[in-house]
This record gives sequence, structure tokens and C-alpha cells, in this order.
Amino acid sequence: MFQVNTKRFSSVVTISTVAALSAAPQASLAEEVNIYSYRQEFLLRPLLDAFTAKTDIDVNVVYASKSLLERIENEGRNTPADILLTSDIAPLFDAKERNLLARIDSAEISANVPAQYRDEDGTWVGLTARSRIIYTSKERVADGEISRYEDLTDPKWAERICTRSGKHSYNLSLIGSLIEHVGEAEAEAWLAGVKANLARKPQGNDRAQVKAIKEGQCDVALGNSYYFGAMLTNEKEPEQQEWADSVKLIFPNQADRGAHMNISGAGITANAPNPKAALALIEFLTSEEAQRIYAEVNYEFPVRPGVARSALINEYMGEFKADDINLTRVAANRGAAAKMVDRVGFDN
Amino acid sequence: MGQLLGFTSVSRWTALGWIIALLVILPIAAVIWLAFNPTENIWPHLISSVLPVYVESTLLLLSGVGLISLAIGVSTAWLVTLCNFPGRRLFEWALLLPFAIPAYVIAYIYTDLLEYAGPIQSSLRELFGWRTARDYSFPEIRSLGGAILMLSLVLYPYVYLLARSSFLEQSVNIRDASRTLGCNPWQSFYRISLPIARPAIAVGLALVAMETLNDFGTVDFFAVKSLSAGIYDAWLNMSNLGAAAQIATLMMLFVVLLMWLERTSRARAKQFSGADRFKRIERFTLSRGQSLGAFIVCFMPVFFGFIVPLFELASMTLNHLDQFTNSRFLAQASNSFLLSAGAALLTALLALLLAYSQRLKPQLSGLRIAAKLAHLGYALPGAVLAIGVIIPFALFDNALDSWMRANFDISTGLILSGTPFAILFAYSVRFLAVSSGSIESSLAKVTPSMDMASRSLGANPLETLKRVHLPLIRTGLLTALLVVFVDSMKELPATLILRPFNFDTLATAVYQFASDEKIEAAAPGSLLIVLVGIIPVILLSRTITATRDAA
Repeated sequence: MFQVNTKRFSSVVTISTVAALSAAPQASLAEEVNIYSYRQEFLLRPLLDAFTAKTDIDVNVVYASKSLLERIENEGRNTPADILLTSDIAPLFDAKERNLLARIDSAEISANVPAQYRDEDGTWVGLTARSRIIYTSKERVADGEISRYEDLTDPKWAERICTRSGKHSYNLSLIGSLIEHVGEAEAEAWLAGVKANLARKPQGNDRAQVKAIKEGQCDVALGNSYYFGAMLTNEKEPEQQEWADSVKLIFPNQADRGAHMNISGAGITANAPNPKAALALIEFLTSEEAQRIYAEVNYEFPVRPGVARSALINEYMGEFKADDINLTRVAANRGAAAKMVDRVGFDN
Repeated sequence: MGQLLGFTSVSRWTALGWIIALLVILPIAAVIWLAFNPTENIWPHLISSVLPVYVESTLLLLSGVGLISLAIGVSTAWLVTLCNFPGRRLFEWALLLPFAIPAYVIAYIYTDLLEYAGPIQSSLRELFGWRTARDYSFPEIRSLGGAILMLSLVLYPYVYLLARSSFLEQSVNIRDASRTLGCNPWQSFYRISLPIARPAIAVGLALVAMETLNDFGTVDFFAVKSLSAGIYDAWLNMSNLGAAAQIATLMMLFVVLLMWLERTSRARAKQFSGADRFKRIERFTLSRGQSLGAFIVCFMPVFFGFIVPLFELASMTLNHLDQFTNSRFLAQASNSFLLSAGAALLTALLALLLAYSQRLKPQLSGLRIAAKLAHLGYALPGAVLAIGVIIPFALFDNALDSWMRANFDISTGLILSGTPFAILFAYSVRFLAVSSGSIESSLAKVTPSMDMASRSLGANPLETLKRVHLPLIRTGLLTALLVVFVDSMKELPATLILRPFNFDTLATAVYQFASDEKIEAAAPGSLLIVLVGIIPVILLSRTITATRDAA
């Protein structure tokens, strides 16, 4: 007696919930491509809509900030994911190491994206580039006072530098590039030197550092380049325009190796159910049209040469020398960089 | 039927109990299994660098949040249940409201208010003519202390809820006796109500502790280096999921230790409520000064935990009203609501069956231990739990798929992975501890002589459960439903990772903005989480009160 009852009750609960929840997002029979994305969906939507309008291929997205690699790995040959999309080199590097990505064979992509921003074995492709730059206070830092990452350790910046957590992937990637350029010991000394100059415990995101400069909490900060555009044009929160107005942008190391670069990128999964559509989408994302959207909506640098940068980027950033170090080597140093952050006590 | 198969009805219950416990333990077991496969031994590095920091801040966080939640929860529960003062009826449910506010949201809001650039410090600077941060000192909100306060403000309702239902269920006669014997209100509280309520309060505190341990959003935002920060660091930055699982396993061991300590310190004390629970409560009448004090004690947590954040959210929402006309918003709200309602029902059902099957065979300690272990899912950070769900689900799906391909040449693909059911299951695993806590403590107060009477009159265990226990534990059951519903509305990390394509809940939609610290754009969604969350809070709180007042 009880078996029937409880079973019925629990199955009614679960079935009705699952049925009600599954009803809505059921995709149509049209051709489709599925993305597991580490980038927020609202940043991608304009691009995906343009793709669907052009090709009639529907694009489905799961966005998460972590765990997508584990999901692909465990789902194995039945994974529904066609594309892994990231805002950083690190997950692409990891996915490749774990054999989760297929080779992308496309003359079009090879022609669109310079080798510096592609995996040498063809498993991932950079879609946009961003630089990790130095923001300085217009009021309190004179022109030419700082021009290299290495300058951040100068004692004159004591209690004047702000940054987000050393464990954030953007900082780990910067540290990883330093390890590659100057060696582990010197990189660690650099990190300890920056730590000694911090105005406050590392916290907040990149915008929060610019805000802190505006508010006078610090004079110098590390941050990704595109946030400047996003702040300067933020009409919903006009106070962000004031933050942007209070800083200058320094592209570091112009006289030597160039400013540190990172990418947002994509790869096709090894067991992709729709590899053709996936390839079509990635080709589209490297097209002139998509690259322009990237540049205009999100103020990132197009990876494709010759695509016009947005007027704003041209006005404030101009041409600069980018560090052309192999990104795979930078990503491989991430674990060492994370441990270095621990040893130096950078976040404590 | 049972006789035919040679089963007694009680042993069928035992089997059911085992099945439920093992299912819920599955994801926890998967995490422990991961712990045996690290890519590298991370401990030498941790011990020589950040482990002391992780452990110290975790312990401080736990004790701080525990003490403050205890103080607020117990004092307010006792005041609104057993004293008469203006506003008492309002506070009965208003004290639950902070519970509807997600911890990460309250953290954003108070940072916005209290940070250097926020309105409070800016006005102070203007008022006193300070120029920079070096001219004055103001407590830093992004700190361990700040995290303790934020978490306490939204977690004390666990203690409040359980303490209050315990005070409500306590025998009036005992308290009356204490007053006849000359106890003043304070003595009656300290010597009678508190000791009787202790098991329930301990359950509430355990929930607070586990929720504190699994929190990542708040501590990360406040740059507090707790153990969950260490878990994510090992996993994501050092690509060492095994090491992350080791830290998570250690955290669970710590919870087991805490549970065991609490249990042994309580020894064998057992109380059952008498038959007088429908007798009206005679409340203490407070003097004018005492009334004012009681009012302030109850008002503060509601003000800081609910009114301030709600006001802030509402004013930020005004800038983003266009979001409400977005058609996706409705779908997100309905996803949140259905998932949370489903999780509340499913979890309460599992908790009830599990608790009752133990009650039928109290001597079976194996099942009791398994049931306790099933609670550990609550101590795991959500993203780690999600991996624990992904592994067995994908294993099952792929095994079934391979078998079907081999035998019938049909591919069944992924049946469970990436479905709303996976999310529902994760919620049940995560919140079973919450549900069980209140159901078990209610069930424990029903004297076993009731079971014996019912069974000797010929009722089988199920009939006894339905006709005797369910009416008696209604308060506990409702509490369980309420808490899991609201908790599921707020749940973020597991939902984010397990969801199907193009599937958003309010929490995941809010997170898209919040992760970019676009707190204003996240306001409408957060506001809706809070509003949808407070409807059941109010309804159920009234029903809980009514179980007493009906008499």
C-alpha cells in the first residue's frame, strides 16, 4: 500500500516539475549548434543572433563560470556540447591537455586569425584580444612616470597601487608571462615588490580599481583594456564615465617586449554532435562582420588584422606594441603563478 | 503483498530508508572518490604557504557567524513566542524576511553603501572635510568582520525558525509550573525553555555552520581566504580537481566531528511533548522599558537584514525597469518557482521517509549513520556538489547508452545529465540536511507511546504516519518546505553548472550581471527573488503560528 502511494506522490512531483520545466526551452528541429560558454551570454547574444539570421542555424548556450570542462569530460561521447567558448586562454589550454578538443581544419580561419592567436596544433582559436594595461590617475601621476610592468615595484608607488585578486585568471596570466620572460625567481621578486606597494588588500574587479583611482584610494592600477570603453560609454551608470575620465591608459613595455595580451577564444569539442555547424559558427566569429561587432560592442581588439577598431579605441588607445609571446607557454605557467601568489601572500 | 514476498512492512521501510540515504550519498561519495586522484600532492605547498590563513579565517568565520546567529535567533524567537510587546505579531514573520535575501546580494549592497566611494563615507568626508583615506579610519566592509556580519544577517533565521517552532511545541505545563514556582521570565527562559529547545537550536546552528562553510560568493567578494577559496584555487588555478576534493573532504570530516561533539554533549537527553500542545500559551507581560528593549532587539535584524537591502534594491531597480518587460524574465521567474517548489516537496518527502524509517527501527545504527552522512551535501560548496552530481549521472547515462547501442543499436544519449531533473536532484542532496533538521526534531518530540498505541490498534506504519505523526509534526514539515523553497530560489553555483541549454533561473540571470559587479543591472532579478521568496515565508509563518493559536 505505502509503496504505491509514496511512489506515486514522488513521481507526480518530479514528473510534473520536470515536464513543466522541459516544455519551454525545447529546441526546434532546425539545424543547431550548442555552446558551453565561460563568457556571459549577454556579451555573445548580438553575435549569435547575427549568425542565426545569416545561416538559419539556432544557437543554444549554457553559461557557467566553472566546471564546464568537467561536464564535457564526464558526458564523454554523448556530450551535447559542440563548442567551448572562453574569456581566457587558460580553459582552452586545459581542454586541449585533457583531449577534449578536436582539430579545427579551416583555411578560412587560418587566414583570418594570425598564428600568434591560434593553437599550434589547431585545437583552439582566439576570437578577440585584450591587453592587461596600467591605469594611472590623470591628476596624481605625471606623464612618463611609469612605462613598464617592472616599474610597479619602485618604492615611490608605496601604498599607491590597486589590483584585483592575484588569483584571478587575468593576473595569473600576466604573472605567467613574466615567468616566461624573466624567469621564476625574478617574477617572484616582482610580485613581492608589487605586493609591498599595494594601497589595499586585492579585491573587486578591474572596474573597481579604476573607481578607486577616481576616489583617491590609489593612483595606479592594473586592468584589462576593454573595461575602459565599457565604463566610458556606460549610460545606465553614468558615475562609471567619471571613473574612466579620471584615468590615463598606459600600454606597458612599449620599448621592449610589448604589453601583455590575452584572448577570448573557442574550440570544437572532440565529440561534437554538430561539428559542421560548429565550424561554421567559429568561421563566422572570425569574419569581418563579427569581428567588428566584438570591437564595437565590447571594445576588445579584433584578432583579425585589418578590421577597423572602434572609434573610441582609436581615440584613446591608438596603436601599441603587443607582446607576441606564445600564449600556450603563458597558460602552462598558471599553476606556478598561483603558487607564487600563495608564497608571496599577495592576497592576504 | 509484503507477506507474500516474505517481507514485513517494517523491513520494507528500512529498505526504502537505505535506498534514499544511498542515493543522496552518491554525489558525496563521488567527491570523496575524486580525492583519491589528485594530479599532484598539493599539501606541502599549502601547509608552507596559505593553509594556516585558510584554516584561521574559516574558524573565525564559523564561530563569528555561529555566535551572532545564535544570539539573534534565540533571543528573538523567545521574545515573539513567549512575551507580549507591541509589534510582536508583525515580528513573528518579519524576522524571517532576511532569509529571502541571498548572501551574495546583501554583500554587494552593503559594500555599495559602506565602501570608500559609497554614500556614507563620502558624506562623512564632506562633513568633516577629510580629503583622502589617510585622514580618518572607517571599518573596512570587505573584510572577515564584514563577511561575518553579512552571513549572520541572512542566516540567523535558521536558528530563529527552529528555536521558535521548538518554543511553540514545548509543553505549556512545564513553563506554567516554573512560573508557579517563582521563576521570572529570564529564569523561565534560561532554565526551562532553552534546555528543552537545545536540540532544535543545535540543528539550526549546524545548518548555519554548513551554509557558512559552503559559501563562496560572499567570502570571495570580500576577499576572505576561507577553505572554499582554497578549493576553487586548487581546482581552477592549479588544475588539480583531486586536491580540491581533498580539501572538500576534510571540510566534511570537520562537520562530522562537530555533529558528533554536539550529539555526545547532549548525551541521552530526550524530551517528548506532552498532550497539552494545543493549550494556549500564556505570554509574559513586559514592562514599558522591557517592551521597548524587546522591540529594538527584534527590529534591528529586520532593519539591517531586510529593510535596508530591499530599499536599496528597489531604488536601483528604478533605473532598470525595462528589464521587467523582457519576456525572458517571466520564464526565469517560472523556472525558479517550479524548481524550488519541486525541490521543497521532493526534499521534504525524502526527509520524512528517511526519518520515519529510522524511527521504526531505532536500534538499526547503520541506517542512522547513513542518514547522517546524507546531510553532508550541505557542507560542500555548490560547484563541487555539482561535479558530484555530474559524475554519477553521466556514468549512468553513458552506461545505459552503451548497453542500448550494443544490444539494440539505439543511442539513448544523455537521459539525466543536463536536465532540470539533475538540478532538482542536486537541490535535494544539498538541502536534505535543512529539511531533515526540522522534520527530525519535530518527529523526535512525538512520544513513541503514540506509535505503540496506533500500531496495537491495528494501523500499519504508513497509516500511523499519516494519521498520527503527520498532524503532530505539521509545524516541522511546513518549516522544512519553507526553508528549502527559499534556499532553492537563491541557489546559484549548482544551478549554473547543471542546467540545460538556454535555461535561466532568476539567480543565474542575476549572476550574469553580478559577476561583472553590475549590481544595478542585477537589481530587478534580485528583487524578484526576494519578493517570490517572501510570499511563502509569510504564508507558512502564519500557518505555523496557527497550529498553536487554533486551540
